[in-house]
Amino acid sequence: MSEPTTALRLDVYKTYKLFVGGKFPRSESGRVYEVTDRKSGEWLANAPQGTRKDTRDAVSAARKAFGGWSGATAYNRGQILYRAAEMLQGRREQYIAEVALSEGLTAKKAAPLVDAAVDRLVWYAGWTDKVAQIAGNANPVAGPYFNLSTPEPTGVVGVVAPQSGHGFSLLGLVSVLAPVVATGNTAVVALAPGAPLPGLSLGEVLATSDLPGGVVNLISGRTEDIAPTLASHADVNALDLSGVVADEGPASAKSLETAAADTLKRVLRPESASYDWTTAPGTDRLLTFLETKTVWHPMGM
Amino acid sequence: MTKRYACRYAALVSMSSSSLSASGLAEVASSEASLRRFLHGLPGIDAVGLQARAAGLGTRSIKTTAKAYAIDLAISMIDLTTLEGADTPGKVRSLCQKAKNPDPGNPDVPHTAAVCVYPDMVPFAKEALGGAPINVAAVATAFPSGRAGLPVKLADTAEAVAAGADEVDMVIDRGAFLSGRYLEIYELIAEIKKACERPDGTAAHLKVIFETGELVTYDNIRRASWLAMLAGADFIKTSTGKVAVNATPANTLVLMEAVRDFRNATGVQVGVKPAGGIRTTKDAMKYLVMVNEILGDDWLSPDWFRFGASSLLNDLLMQRQKLASGRYSGPDYVTVD
Repeated sequence: MSEPTTALRLDVYKTYKLFVGGKFPRSESGRVYEVTDRKSGEWLANAPQGTRKDTRDAVSAARKAFGGWSGATAYNRGQILYRAAEMLQGRREQYIAEVALSEGLTAKKAAPLVDAAVDRLVWYAGWTDKVAQIAGNANPVAGPYFNLSTPEPTGVVGVVAPQSGHGFSLLGLVSVLAPVVATGNTAVVALAPGAPLPGLSLGEVLATSDLPGGVVNLISGRTEDIAPTLASHADVNALDLSGVVADEGPASAKSLETAAADTLKRVLRPESASYDWTTAPGTDRLLTFLETKTVWHPMGM
Repeated sequence: MTKRYACRYAALVSMSSSSLSASGLAEVASSEASLRRFLHGLPGIDAVGLQARAAGLGTRSIKTTAKAYAIDLAISMIDLTTLEGADTPGKVRSLCQKAKNPDPGNPDVPHTAAVCVYPDMVPFAKEALGGAPINVAAVATAFPSGRAGLPVKLADTAEAVAAGADEVDMVIDRGAFLSGRYLEIYELIAEIKKACERPDGTAAHLKVIFETGELVTYDNIRRASWLAMLAGADFIKTSTGKVAVNATPANTLVLMEAVRDFRNATGVQVGVKPAGGIRTTKDAMKYLVMVNEILGDDWLSPDWFRFGASSLLNDLLMQRQKLASGRYSGPDYVTVD
């Protein structure tokens, strides 16, 4: 009779994938790159190396999703974002581990960052049906008209996710992504190349939150491939450069802003590299990616 | 091509000199039985091989100047189509403007080959196109189902021709075809062909639509192609665009092989028009590659090959803008139909 032994088994590693159009494709190139532990430099996972083509596919998916998402009721959008917060809460432990490894923190320090990300989603979920009250107005005009302004989403927004600052990997990503989609825009996000794992896992949360496919698209890979593609693409209506860190080259703020100007994009400029993402956000990000529609209606007819 | 297939094919092609001469043509359609014998004597299609061939031709990579040429060629081959119950004269006029000048910001873009509308919209289309060298095609014969009596179909065609249609797109009766009443379809096509004649001796071009998605097998599509060509079709067309399965590369490949063999056999060249479901530049270029490989240069012109499409044009324009500016374009930069 043999001694009872601990059964040997191979670990099952997770294949991280992109999130495009509600699906989880591998990169079109088939390439991956190694993601390492921030502190020890040990191998963590292979992340897909998203290409320019992946980015363009994501823009098409986002454009396709825009009609439905911007036309959904604010109440519905709020419910879905709240549902995403619930899903995130349910996978808290996984995210604590991923955030800790991505940012080089202890689990104890990462936990409040994940909680803050959940809270931020809930906070923006609450804003969906209130943004019209602060961005819209009944305008007094010199004539017999009702004159009403209401905010409308801009369209497809390209987002360069934060790459530094306290809590950037999950909380920072949620802080830049949630305000974009809360108001009815759709987003294509270039994830932080050094810390893409919390972002890639966020796709799994969003996919199980009734978020229509294509509303959020997450691409990991080299920022200098993805960001310039977004900046020069005529079908992207606005650009959030929050996470831009390069001082020069194609992924620098200057060159991205120049490319964006060619196609008349709204641009939000980079945050400082040491920004503390736990700071209360305010409504600036919500109000940036909105257009104003004004309706004149004759009175006394 | 396997040897066995080649042998069966050789019999067909050699038939051209003997039984398929001008006198042989009439003989084939002399009775229901002889027509059936001829159509069922056509070589069968290897479905797997056909699909592999169509897929293989779809893998070519076409870039830079060749792509620019292909895009302009594809634009010039489009039958810009609107076939909705909600069509209005206004909508047809704006469609005609788009056919004349697809990209208002760029006068270099070629015009489309034709606009394709319901017969009652033909006068509005003629008026809107003015003297532009763009044909007006009208769908007729109880489009899209083809379920009406012969007098109704003839009247439908006559109305379109009288209103000035340059081309008539007729549908065959798929019910008759599937129940094997080939002669009935042969006679229908021949009658409609007569109805396309104008008093001055000229005639509107006749395109025959098979609705390949409803013919079930590739063999049937080949039979329908030969049937229509024997009956005098100027063009053969895959689909109405109104059913679930429209033009596919494989279906269109069958049509192309049929027109190629028909010309080898009789010397008469017939055009091909895939319609429905072709939405992207990539799709269109796959078809152009097929034309070039199967049929050659003779068919690579708007006179012999057309795309029945509406949304394809916008995608071609967006790709054209991308080539010109280097920036990927979007639907904000083309007209909304």
